[in-house]
Amino acid sequence: MSAAPDDRKPHDRGGWPTDEHVDTHDHAHLDWEWRTDALVRVLSAKGVISTDQMRRAIESLPLERYEASSYYERWSAALEALLVEKGLLAAAEVDARARGAA
Amino acid sequence: MTEARARFAPGDRVRVRREYPPTHFRTPLYAQGKTGVVEHLYGAYRNPEDLAYARDGLPKAPLYRVRFEQTHLWPEYAGAAHDTLCIDLYDHWLEPSEGGL
Amino acid sequence: MSEHDHPHEHAQRDFQPDEEPTASALRAAAIEALLTEKGVVAREEVTRVVEATRAQTPQAGAAVVARAWSDPAYKERLKARPFEAIAELGYDIPIEAPQLYVVENSPAQRNVIVCTLCSCYPRALLGPPPDWYKSLAYRSRVVVEPRAVLREFGTVVPDDVEVKVWDSTADLRFLVIPERPAGTEGLGEDALAGLVTRDSMIGVSDALAPEGAEVRAG
Repeated sequence: MSAAPDDRKPHDRGGWPTDEHVDTHDHAHLDWEWRTDALVRVLSAKGVISTDQMRRAIESLPLERYEASSYYERWSAALEALLVEKGLLAAAEVDARARGAA
Repeated sequence: MTEARARFAPGDRVRVRREYPPTHFRTPLYAQGKTGVVEHLYGAYRNPEDLAYARDGLPKAPLYRVRFEQTHLWPEYAGAAHDTLCIDLYDHWLEPSEGGL
Repeated sequence: MSEHDHPHEHAQRDFQPDEEPTASALRAAAIEALLTEKGVVAREEVTRVVEATRAQTPQAGAAVVARAWSDPAYKERLKARPFEAIAELGYDIPIEAPQLYVVENSPAQRNVIVCTLCSCYPRALLGPPPDWYKSLAYRSRVVVEPRAVLREFGTVVPDDVEVKVWDSTADLRFLVIPERPAGTEGLGEDALAGLVTRDSMIGVSDALAPEGAEVRAG
């Protein structure tokens, strides 16, 4: 992966130049990845967020972060951004809680 | 009005608008400016460019499947000349195309 | 169906007593804990969805394809009204599931599904998508060099067969009916369903040959 070939956003991958082969093996998800997947689904079912809002938040990640992140790291970052945007969470409280749990 | 009128029908030649808004949209860059043929009209769906900002997505936008020749999308396409690709595109991203490719 | 979908594999990976949680795991846990404390979600609600998701397999898709191979009238119903045809076989599709569109491979045309913009996938029928489907490499390349990508899955498409790529950019999710393998004329639906792999329903590989099932599953 490399810098964008043009001014496109990081999620718009069709035809993005790369020599990388497709790794056709599956990898098991970690527990927090399953929970993030489920959390997004539960919050969507409750109408707190939606698929389209999640997509918008994911594609708003900076290119470097988008490419360096795993799939559910992108989801988690996007979810956090949406929840902060809606006033349901404050970024500082997420920071504090994540540090406190370490 | 809760549903925009479908301006195209299967068989129509269409060109995809070239536009890259800073906001959310679902038209990939690689198809922009390209010409294809409407293959199917699915119906009308809430507009994702509106839904992404927690709005209601109305009026619904007609959604088509548009088919492109691969050799037209990618000048250096290495597959067979009859290979194709289709994308689902909303009405407001399409304009009529009279000429050829 | 892939062996990778068996739940025991996930269970092995999830239990990691010796590993420090990553920053991502801590942050995800913090988000969920805060939402729980604020009463936005309950932990059990999330757990229930995790369990339901982990129980999902491509089995429903395989059963539907096997019936479509066996019954031409069913296949037409499946293409015309997918969810109603799937319900005929006793599978529940969640009401919030995105609309499904069924495409059929033929000797003249092979269909391959991708979502270049994110990871749209017929989860209601196939369960969660495989990692490769969500990978940047697949999303970047399969639209521009589908035949090369298919070769990486061991699938060689002759030049006289049209390769048609479907980029799921909007409200539809796509399911491929692969070609019915030769030599399966006498097989019942259960045996046929055993030949229908997840990857064949995404379009990157063929259904298994009846005698090749053991080889591919290993």
